[in-house]
Amino acid sequence: MADTTKTIEIEVLRYRPEQDKEPFFQTYTVPFEDDWSVLQGLQYIKDDLDGTLSFRWSCRMAICGSCGMMIDGKPRLACRTFLRHYHPNKLRVGPLEHFPIERDLVVVVEDFIRKLESIKPYIIPKEPRKLEQGEYLQTPAQLEQFRQFSGCINCMLCYAACPQYGLDSKFTGPGVLALMHRYNADSRDGGRGERMALGHSEEGFWGCTAVTYCSEVCPKDVDPANAINQNKMGSAIDYFLRFVAPRGAGK
Amino acid sequence: MEVFKADVAIVGAGGTGLRAAIAVAEADPSLKVALVSKVYPMRSHTVAAEGGAAGVVQDHDSLEYHFNDTVGGGDWLCDQDVVEYFVAHCTEELTQLEHWGCPWSRKPDGHINVRAFGGMKIERTWFAADTSGFHMLHTLFQTSIKYPSIKRFDEYFCVDLVVEDGRCQGVVVIEVATGRLTFIQAKAVIMATGGAGRVFRENTNGGIVTGDGMALAYRHGVPLRDLEFMQYHPTCMPGTGLLFTEACRGEGGFLLNKDGYRFLQDYGLGPAEDKPRNKYMELGPRDRISQAIWHEEKKGRTISTPYGEVVHLDLRHLGERKLRERLPLIYELAEEYMDIDPAHSPIPVRPGIHYTMGGIYAKLNTETPLPGLYAAGECAGNGVHGANRLGSNSLVDIIVFGKLAGVEAAKFSKSTQFSNPAALETQAKAVQERAIGLVTKTGGKEKHSVLRREMGKSMENGCGIYRTAAEMQATCDKLGELRERYKNLDVEDKSNVWNNDWLGALEVGYLLQVAEVVAHSALNRKESRGAHQRLDGYEQRDDANYLKHTLAYCTGDGPPRIEYQDVVITKSKPGTRAYGAAGDKAEQERKKEAGHG
Repeated sequence: MADTTKTIEIEVLRYRPEQDKEPFFQTYTVPFEDDWSVLQGLQYIKDDLDGTLSFRWSCRMAICGSCGMMIDGKPRLACRTFLRHYHPNKLRVGPLEHFPIERDLVVVVEDFIRKLESIKPYIIPKEPRKLEQGEYLQTPAQLEQFRQFSGCINCMLCYAACPQYGLDSKFTGPGVLALMHRYNADSRDGGRGERMALGHSEEGFWGCTAVTYCSEVCPKDVDPANAINQNKMGSAIDYFLRFVAPRGAGK
Repeated sequence: MEVFKADVAIVGAGGTGLRAAIAVAEADPSLKVALVSKVYPMRSHTVAAEGGAAGVVQDHDSLEYHFNDTVGGGDWLCDQDVVEYFVAHCTEELTQLEHWGCPWSRKPDGHINVRAFGGMKIERTWFAADTSGFHMLHTLFQTSIKYPSIKRFDEYFCVDLVVEDGRCQGVVVIEVATGRLTFIQAKAVIMATGGAGRVFRENTNGGIVTGDGMALAYRHGVPLRDLEFMQYHPTCMPGTGLLFTEACRGEGGFLLNKDGYRFLQDYGLGPAEDKPRNKYMELGPRDRISQAIWHEEKKGRTISTPYGEVVHLDLRHLGERKLRERLPLIYELAEEYMDIDPAHSPIPVRPGIHYTMGGIYAKLNTETPLPGLYAAGECAGNGVHGANRLGSNSLVDIIVFGKLAGVEAAKFSKSTQFSNPAALETQAKAVQERAIGLVTKTGGKEKHSVLRREMGKSMENGCGIYRTAAEMQATCDKLGELRERYKNLDVEDKSNVWNNDWLGALEVGYLLQVAEVVAHSALNRKESRGAHQRLDGYEQRDDANYLKHTLAYCTGDGPPRIEYQDVVITKSKPGTRAYGAAGDKAEQERKKEAGHG
């Protein structure tokens, strides 16, 4: 077996609302293998050292989006961050920033879910089609228009990275705006006009102050900053078209 | 205790649960749906499915071919009426997903593209690069938001069914954030809780795949069917068990032993050719390939690593560009988790537990023997996959039968009334007391994490790729011991808010029960078929005695009682299951025989 004598200190933020007045850091010493993720370190703590530590996880392979947390101050997926990169130094793990802490590393995500639900994240068909008619034709180039933005795993790292969301949680935020763009840019969709009422607002694309840290931390290269930027452009064009074209023609 | 009334309650919000919820909402928007999930829906394990979903689209393909591949792939343990329905509805359901926005990969002309998959005669696997399950799940979740009649219970953990007057009338759930219990009174309940891969140690499954619905149905007298058939996927990451999709081979990847030799040609899958050929070599079915790797290990032709013996998945000849386009997640997994560039180095892989072929006994129309209870998707044992599931059949299973479960449960709910809640609430309160009792009781000695590890190890020893009576018996004994020790559990965390020490303990309770069914079902099946292979005098398929489904019944506090049930045969008489050149020969003989008949 691989060398098991190596250990690393992990400082984990603890907060149990029923008993702790305020959050504090608790340090655990964890033996680890070179290929262990931070998630595996936390699982070791949970299984072998302290069953009371709570955190979300499931797939272990950076696709379910459950295990987003702050790792040494950066928003990261615990399952795709490796302990060896911190060793021999210690490592500090906390809940995602800009969200209320529910307990330990678990944050309240309802605000994100409500926002996701609010933007009509589904196809509003440009031309309704019956199943008997088969699939919509969509060329690889048309798919490419939105493919990247459909890769969001809802891990919310971009929300923890976004200074604007941190200042004012009314801002719809990077992930959900990228999702709005994903549907707006889909050749099958005709719902852009319905969605852009929110998109045009201060809480929508214009709320972004173009820091682009969201795209830097995104584990799936969704590039929400790019999605937002494209829509600021689109939004501005829509705005000017209102003066030169009949109502609705700018959609 | 809070009570919520729903026409249909659905437990599980992965692909099956979401598809079922939408089907109920579309059948009748006045029906209230309670969609319960212990995680937010997009965390469900459908998300991790990679390769794609099968549906006949090409002119030279046919439903008959898909039927034959599925039934032969399942080693004739499939219920053929179920398979007929299944293959007839796959393409329609995949098209529905397309209309809802699923970003399927396309051909230059804009039509759906399809790729080759193991055990499939013609290319018919729809794919969205190598994150097909992820895209299907998010498409279904986002589409479900359109329907106001679907009331989601996100992060609610199901602790029991409520059964009264011989029918299922609701579920009791724990709100994870508060520890509070709610009784969801329902006219019909759909189980859509996924598989039970976590009964084994090394597996591709997410932490949530703990057989919850199977254990709950079982406790209420519903038999679990064919659970001895647990699928080993041949290409998993050593140690973690993370999945490298079969699409790696569908796209042309090779499997090599330590000498760089494509060893599958030694196991009836050859001859080896440079280009992938359907149902040959690396495009054989998962059971056969996992078994071949096991034999290579015994012959000393595998590669030793700290995480056990491995073979190589070689994708180098596909080139970086194609790998980035078709298999980007595989690229990421190899690079990030193993520090390997698959365009330049082969990937070490070994078989790991991947899929639960059996499950809650359900008929073609998804109803279980318990009136009011329906089951679909991986948690169901409706006989569609038989003794070995073909890759890309499960992502269609979940939508074809998820939809059907929604339609059937909606129909049932309209034919029945809410009964007097008093008796139901008494039951629900008893459930609540039992659930809370697990935390509040003192004096226990056992940690559930320890029981879980011992279970996983024992399952691997006794119920692995090849099995013997002695080893299976040892596992059965061990699981009996763990069942007793579980009674002496100590849950360390006594709090209410996000106490997943408590939920973990409940999950281990589910896992242990399902594990015991797997092991006893395996021990009792004295033949080799599909994913159930024995080395102790029962090396052959035995149609005379075992062309039958296993039905495992709960006996209370003890091992299951095992019964058997005939397989439904409609048009495919059990024949020789062969692949490669031998498969072609067997097919010709079947045709000749059919011609004479």
